[in-house]
Amino acid sequence: MATINDIQDEIIEDFSIYEDWTDKYEYLIDFGKSLSILDEKYKTEETRINGCQSKVWLYAEKQADKVVFFADSDAIITKGIVGLLVKVLSGHTPEEIAESDLYFIDKIGLKEHLSPTRANGLVSMIKKIKTYGVAFQAIN
Amino acid sequence: MLDIQKIRADFPILSEKIRGKQLVYLDNGASTQKPKVLIEAEQYFYEHQYANIHRGVHYLSQIGTDLYEASRKTVQQFINAKHDHEIIFTKGTTNSINLVAYTFGRKFIQARDEIVVTEMEHHSNIVPWQILCEEKGCILKVIPLQKDGTILLEDAARLITSKTKLVSVVYVSNALGTINPIQELIALAHSKGAKIMIDAAQAIQHIPIDVQALDCDLLAFSAHKLYGPTGVGILYGKEDILNAMPPFEGGGDMIENVSFAKTTFNALPFKFEAGTPHISGCISMSVAIKYIQDLGLQKIMEYEHSLLEYATERLNAINGLTIYGTAKDKSSVISFLLEGIHPYDVGVLLDNQGIAIRTGHHCAQPVMEYFNIPGTCRASFALYNTKEEVDVLVEGILRAKKMLS
Repeated sequence: MATINDIQDEIIEDFSIYEDWTDKYEYLIDFGKSLSILDEKYKTEETRINGCQSKVWLYAEKQADKVVFFADSDAIITKGIVGLLVKVLSGHTPEEIAESDLYFIDKIGLKEHLSPTRANGLVSMIKKIKTYGVAFQAIN
Repeated sequence: MLDIQKIRADFPILSEKIRGKQLVYLDNGASTQKPKVLIEAEQYFYEHQYANIHRGVHYLSQIGTDLYEASRKTVQQFINAKHDHEIIFTKGTTNSINLVAYTFGRKFIQARDEIVVTEMEHHSNIVPWQILCEEKGCILKVIPLQKDGTILLEDAARLITSKTKLVSVVYVSNALGTINPIQELIALAHSKGAKIMIDAAQAIQHIPIDVQALDCDLLAFSAHKLYGPTGVGILYGKEDILNAMPPFEGGGDMIENVSFAKTTFNALPFKFEAGTPHISGCISMSVAIKYIQDLGLQKIMEYEHSLLEYATERLNAINGLTIYGTAKDKSSVISFLLEGIHPYDVGVLLDNQGIAIRTGHHCAQPVMEYFNIPGTCRASFALYNTKEEVDVLVEGILRAKKMLS
């Protein structure tokens, strides 16, 4: 089973072949579109992430000892970004999630391309994901 | 005719490259860029003239005070106020409106009195009144929007009644560009014995304003949307109204005499200017005003209107693009959406092409709610924008649309 860092490295490698912003965003858009749509019943105030200009929902559930994430957004680029976070962190233990160092965001040049308002959205997403990790740890 | 290339050369930031691409700045509704004369004036002031004002007997303090008061006169002439003490320096439009809500509102508006706004107000002209209504039990009435982003005068006439104490309306909608019929609204308010405040934040840089001809009671705007500094705004008020209003903040400069037995307040305009103001900004604001006065606001308005017409025509030709706000009288703001595409996605992809627009609800959530949309993309033009930049925007939108479809 690939570790969180294995998946991050894989994404970094995927992005390394892209020469300009168009390729990167086309990847994010396609990736966003390829993700399944979160069932309406999971789109609640509890799963909604504040601090994003678009609506973003992040739902988590425990499957055996792993946390599985499902995310959605009404903006496709945002969905691609939150989708990357889900790809990296879903299917790992609460401890691994809470302690993860998400270095891939910087490495794929996404953070530098995001203005403060959007960066705040990204920060909120990461905070929410980690909170889930911590919460599920506490339940244990 | 305005020499736009010469004007562009006056704004250093316009030649910036954003990620290797020429900046196309179309977020002027949020804030306008600054001419070199203003930047230099601020620097000169800090290098040669700076001291605190209104207090010192020393040379620098007197120079600063003179410049500060001269700037007040420039603002007075700019909007043709009767007296210079009818010009109050504030932090911005929001601050000006809050000042009125906390002073005029607290003193003259009681339970069951009514305040009238429109559905297209910026949050800054909604929330202060909601806070007041919560506190005093007064009632906020809303003149409804129409599909084209206008209001109907018959609705205004129905809602502005003898119960109305204050009408507070936006001159130009920041989200839709609609120019409201404020002359008629002012007459309506006065015919019912109500006072009227105009939020001119999006009008002052586009339309010549004469407060005496308009006969508005209060008017608010910000310097930073007028090619001036941030952190400075104006509240204009008729002398008798400002005199009747209690002070806003207590502190230095706003007092006549302080004792623990009884404190008395200073005269206008100082009564409303507690504390050390944004001195350099208040002074450099006059430099920005003189800059646009030299160009001529009438000429600026005509030029911006031609840009708006050109942009509207070109954007309307894009398949699946809808413009929100199609009033006959419009300022140089275009709010739009691409069918099935979130405005945020368009904004991100335009940003990557060096094009600065605004996406979101533009602090006018009731407008978005009315149209049942999450927000819009907003391109807003200023005197230094060109038709070529409109072309770049159109190409950018087409590219974003292709990537997102």
